[in-house]
Amino acid sequence: MRGIVAYGAYLPYHRINRQEIGQALGQPGGKGTRAVASYDEDTTTMAVEAGRHALASAPGFKPEVLYFATAEPAYLDKTNATGIHAALALPEEVFAVDMIGAVRSGAGALRAGIDAGVPALVAMSDVRIGLPGSTDERDGGDGAAVFLCAESNEVIAELIGTASVSAEFLERWRVPGEPASKVWEERFGEYVYLPLAQKAFENGLNSANVTVEDIDHLVVAGLHGRAARGFIAASGVRKESVVDDGVIVVGNTGTAQAGMMLADVLDRAQPNQLITVVIIADGATVMHLRTTDAITRYKPAVTVAGQLKGGKEINYAAYLTWRNLLHREPPRRPDPDRPAAPPSYRNEVWKYGLEGSRCLSCGTRHLPPARVCVKCNAVDKMELERLADVPATIATFTIDRLAYSPSPPMVAAVLDFDGGGRFLSELTDVDPEKVAIGDRVEMSFRRLYTADGVHNYFWKARPMRRSN
Amino acid sequence: MASKGICDRVAIVGMGCTPFGEHWDKSVDDLLVDASQEALASAGMTIDQIDAFWLGTMGSGVSGLTLSRPLKIDYKPVSRNENMCATGSESFRNACYAIASGAYDIAMAIGVEKLKDSGFSGLVSAAPPSDGTAAAITAPASFSYLAPAYANKYGVEMPELKDTMTRIAWKNHKNGALNPRAQFKKEVSKETIANSPLIAGPLGIFDCSGVSDGSAAAIIVRAEDAYKYTDKPIFVKALSFVAGPSRGPLDPDYDYTTFDECVAVAKDAYQQCGITDPRAQLAMAEVHDCFTPTELVLMEDLGFSERGEGWKDVMAGKFDLDGELPVNPDGGLKSFGHPIGASGLRMLFECWLQLRGEAGKRQITNGKKLAMTHNLGGAPGNCVSFVSVVGSELDV
Repeated sequence: MRGIVAYGAYLPYHRINRQEIGQALGQPGGKGTRAVASYDEDTTTMAVEAGRHALASAPGFKPEVLYFATAEPAYLDKTNATGIHAALALPEEVFAVDMIGAVRSGAGALRAGIDAGVPALVAMSDVRIGLPGSTDERDGGDGAAVFLCAESNEVIAELIGTASVSAEFLERWRVPGEPASKVWEERFGEYVYLPLAQKAFENGLNSANVTVEDIDHLVVAGLHGRAARGFIAASGVRKESVVDDGVIVVGNTGTAQAGMMLADVLDRAQPNQLITVVIIADGATVMHLRTTDAITRYKPAVTVAGQLKGGKEINYAAYLTWRNLLHREPPRRPDPDRPAAPPSYRNEVWKYGLEGSRCLSCGTRHLPPARVCVKCNAVDKMELERLADVPATIATFTIDRLAYSPSPPMVAAVLDFDGGGRFLSELTDVDPEKVAIGDRVEMSFRRLYTADGVHNYFWKARPMRRSN
Repeated sequence: MASKGICDRVAIVGMGCTPFGEHWDKSVDDLLVDASQEALASAGMTIDQIDAFWLGTMGSGVSGLTLSRPLKIDYKPVSRNENMCATGSESFRNACYAIASGAYDIAMAIGVEKLKDSGFSGLVSAAPPSDGTAAAITAPASFSYLAPAYANKYGVEMPELKDTMTRIAWKNHKNGALNPRAQFKKEVSKETIANSPLIAGPLGIFDCSGVSDGSAAAIIVRAEDAYKYTDKPIFVKALSFVAGPSRGPLDPDYDYTTFDECVAVAKDAYQQCGITDPRAQLAMAEVHDCFTPTELVLMEDLGFSERGEGWKDVMAGKFDLDGELPVNPDGGLKSFGHPIGASGLRMLFECWLQLRGEAGKRQITNGKKLAMTHNLGGAPGNCVSFVSVVGSELDV
């Protein structure tokens, strides 16, 4: 059977309270919070984190294709999926491609992944930006989901039917380079979307040979909230089967929304349940998935609910600064240099894969990889070793208030990895006042800064968050 | 370490040192002319008597032309040295070896740095193109790693350690207040130091050395020629320099409470000139107080204090101007700022004044005949280090 064999969702650590936005702008704020990608995160880094969660639950999985969907790509012209591929330390033979620009690309990547005919890694990731005071700012959210799809006996959710309708109309659009979407009058979108969603839904039921009553979990995703709610009301699906859209706490994560909702359902689904995913974007896409017995054996590395519990609220000024909507006085320090292409290329396994080297003579680990051992001076007797998933302990630390950082102060620490090896690392998702010697940390793939249009991707450490 | 040293084979017969500070009105060329002219005058020489030159600068110029052009040196060897914060001392060390070898009769070591023209806070240095993965923390941050590590290892409470750091800054400013060439020529209260805005970790702005412009120079001859030029030469007893393997960032056994490189140079230098108890034998020491925790750790690394006891000795005033071993009697980097290429020679200039009895209000009167200078450049666990020992008499 073909379908999903593993999945992982990633919810960034930071939130902004909608009341905080309202107070700052002197307008009603609304209820709840939205998830906020940190200043050092983007759609690529969040896809990496979600991918690590998924691969941790399926250690033997060897994807042959990697599809990356986002409406907010870090680069144009240059593929972003290759960065994810490198950070996940996947083999060169993997075909890594982007499906970028439109929110609907998420639906495309998931269907293409399941239909790929070879093991596929599907990443759906988004950072939703609205202009200050907009509905998109308030109700948007940031996050990522990854699905590992294959034809396999280990499938936990089998695809049993699909349907899609496509339509050309102007409801939401954005010219490249603009920070935020424009939308047409809300009622127009509702008018166009409702029959499209209904048609795809009916075709999907026929394709899977199921009825509305069979649906155990209904996932409806789409940036047009009114259309989504209208469709649900008209669908006839049992109220208790409708999956929470996450908007109150997370916000609508656009390209990733269906994926994050589906991950949340899979976290708690029982065998032989019918999950119906409806994605309303430039038409509508429906996927019917039936859970299998394998799901009882499946252990998610981190659950969506688990990530919802953590999180730290930030103030609105920090949020605007992180999204480049507020330009603040930089420290009186030179801007960082852009990373140079040739050394980044030579050191790819280090910069993206976080691979150090282990001395074959005495076992000492070196980060970054070295040719001469610092302990026994053996030359060129090293093997590479990935440390991305190895926890570490803080040996000493500092809060650097002078260094250039997109969000000062920079917090840095000397890390000692379990099993040996030391590295001087930046910390992230951390309260500077609470860092202490002996704290446990784990590595996270981040965008350190952008200089001259070059994103400096590398790893930082954050306080231990993952459940394992 | 197998360095044989050149104890008592060369001598300093003239020195110069510009005031250190914000020299908005002086160029690198001006500073080099000022320091070299003062050195020549103090040795009663003219520039044509100098056979070879060693110029130390980290970023204020490249090649010997940086010196030969402003001084109009006529077709003589000028080497340009760079070794991070030991740059000035490196020009001195190499000049000494050239004289000891017999290749030249008279050499000048001169260091210069003009930092204030950059317009940035702290040090700015151009790095080669990189993959962007090295943590881009500033110098105060990398040295601030010492503070929690030291406190943790020796069970010192952070407020106590902060008091120790404050006292080091207070002591150096107190000394600097007596020095007309210092960048900051006044005492600073402990309250002001302790409450200064935080820069990195527990380091406030007063825990950091300043940023300044300056130049200093020395004229070196063979020991047997020294009295031709001055009645009070200073003899070079020991010179030691090492570059470390950068163990700190790699090896979990390194605990950020010591500088292995400084331990190595101190041991080597003491062995070259027969020092067995530096705290008792030295008249004074100029050490690299780039940040206050650095000076604390150095008291232990250089053998002035037992391990874990340095903070107590600092608090007891052992290293005050009137203490058992005055440390940084001229005010240190704290009062002078740190124009990289000049600092090592500025330290040597204080030894020159003190051992000749010309230090004015700062004059140390403990009757001892040896003084030392020390630099380190880089970061804890990843640095170069230098020590010199000089003395006012041969065979002591």
